[in-house]
Amino acid sequence: MTMKPMMMDQDIKLHPGTRIYGKWHKKTYQIMRHLGSGAQGTVYLAHSNQGEVAIKFSKDPSSLISEVNILKRFVALQGDPLGPYLYDVDDWVTNKGTINFYVMERIKGVTLDDSIRHKGFEWVYVFILQLLKDLSRLHELGFVFGDLKPENLMITESNYRIRCLDFGGTTQLGHSIKEYTEFFDRGYWGMGTRKAEPSYDLFAVMMIFIYAAERRRFNKTEHPRDQLIQKIKTNPKLKPFEKILLKALAGQFHHANDMRQAFLYKMNETNRIESRITRRRTATSPSKKRYQKKKTVSGWIGASVWAVVIIALYVMYTVLYVM
Amino acid sequence: MNKGTIKQILLITDGCSNQGEDPAAMAALAKEHGIVVNVIGVMENYETDDRGMKEIDNIASAGGGVSQVVQTKQLSQTVQMVTRQAMTQTIKGVVNQELQDILGDSQSMEDLPPEKRGRVMEVVDDLGETVNLEVCILVDTSASMKTKLPTVREALLDLSISLTSRMGENQFCLYTFPGKRKATSKIMSWTPKIDHISQVFSKLASGGVTPTGPAIRDVIKSFSTSSRRHLISHDDEAYDDGPRY
Repeated sequence: MTMKPMMMDQDIKLHPGTRIYGKWHKKTYQIMRHLGSGAQGTVYLAHSNQGEVAIKFSKDPSSLISEVNILKRFVALQGDPLGPYLYDVDDWVTNKGTINFYVMERIKGVTLDDSIRHKGFEWVYVFILQLLKDLSRLHELGFVFGDLKPENLMITESNYRIRCLDFGGTTQLGHSIKEYTEFFDRGYWGMGTRKAEPSYDLFAVMMIFIYAAERRRFNKTEHPRDQLIQKIKTNPKLKPFEKILLKALAGQFHHANDMRQAFLYKMNETNRIESRITRRRTATSPSKKRYQKKKTVSGWIGASVWAVVIIALYVMYTVLYVM
Repeated sequence: MNKGTIKQILLITDGCSNQGEDPAAMAALAKEHGIVVNVIGVMENYETDDRGMKEIDNIASAGGGVSQVVQTKQLSQTVQMVTRQAMTQTIKGVVNQELQDILGDSQSMEDLPPEKRGRVMEVVDDLGETVNLEVCILVDTSASMKTKLPTVREALLDLSISLTSRMGENQFCLYTFPGKRKATSKIMSWTPKIDHISQVFSKLASGGVTPTGPAIRDVIKSFSTSSRRHLISHDDEAYDDGPRY
């Protein structure tokens, strides 16, 4: 039984052009460039017979295999894909030891994090709605995403659709969450357990919403619950969704679809109110004001014309009289 | 249905031992008793203490566990991650042992083709979720740890959130070192409720030397009393029989 202490620095560095040869399935891949590094692995863009692919490497085989197990389940699913399509799983034998890897579809796009920075807040609603739909399907399949955060979500370049990327934290319902990030974790905020249940993911969705409005992560204070409630009630971007966000905070949504419906309903409602306000504004007040303004302006013009005429007559009169 | 028990010592310290036996030797001794030793080194702003880091690494190596050096503010997430990783590691060790018994000497999980490995990993995941866990928390309260203790308390409460979210049973106990005229003092005996730590922590006195080795030796004994009392672990029998469903 060999058990070495694992250090958490697991970044694998590969140079462009490096050839990866799979021990079991005998496929070759050529590294193009580094795409990203997470807590449990490193992702590279590579050439293959199928074209461009993304390859994830990890020195810790357990987390990689768990992720592969999840991705395999998605392959059989109907409809929009829940995660990247899985092509290959293999080992690469190097002179420094065996490195496990899996090959997946390359999803072109930007992370939700970048997208939030560059696009308007109205896009956040759309992405949240899409995300809740995907989460609903994932929960139905018997899993909770776990490590839900903007860096793990990608907005595709082709059709502006949100896609989940890193399934390392994806946990079977009822088990304890495998991986999480403090800011998005309800345990950190003292708002519940780390048991994998839909409400765990929905809390993270709420935190993504808060993050998108605040544009930063903040640390918890002495009273984390009150702190979050305060944010929701005072940020003008969050205030309209207060009821929904507070419900998600308290873990009272038990299905992603319930939260989605609540958002949809709220957005329709706000749209209706907003359009009613603007309609009223265009119909009555602004035009009335303009009309009044015109009236006063013409009044002033009239007065000054009269003044000029009177002064002119007076001048003419004095001139004629004196001469 | 007996799924066995995983026994861990979680040592939280900030540096070098300066009294008594070599802590790595005591960690190796713990391993012989079927107890894994994990070490977390708490540093303030990455004080570079090479000797301290090396010792932390050595203790975990000898104790078959995981070690990690962190800044005080990252402590919470690290404590739960280390505990979890060590648990998976132990289970994988046991599963690998089983595989070797079945498939022959050189076989381990990594020698299986990826497809089969996936199935084995599901079993490992499942065991990690359902196995009973006994963690003896051993906190260094020597003088230099004084300012770090509130964060340690926070991290242990956080650990309790993670562990109580598991399906398996948990038992915790808390010792600090140095103790009064002894290597350690028992702060809390075995209990399933780690949040009791919250109250006892405020009363902790800090100061004195760092007898890490003797402290580990001391707490090994606490496990045998726990198993006698709770009858959770039937010594090593649970491991030898492997998982049963």
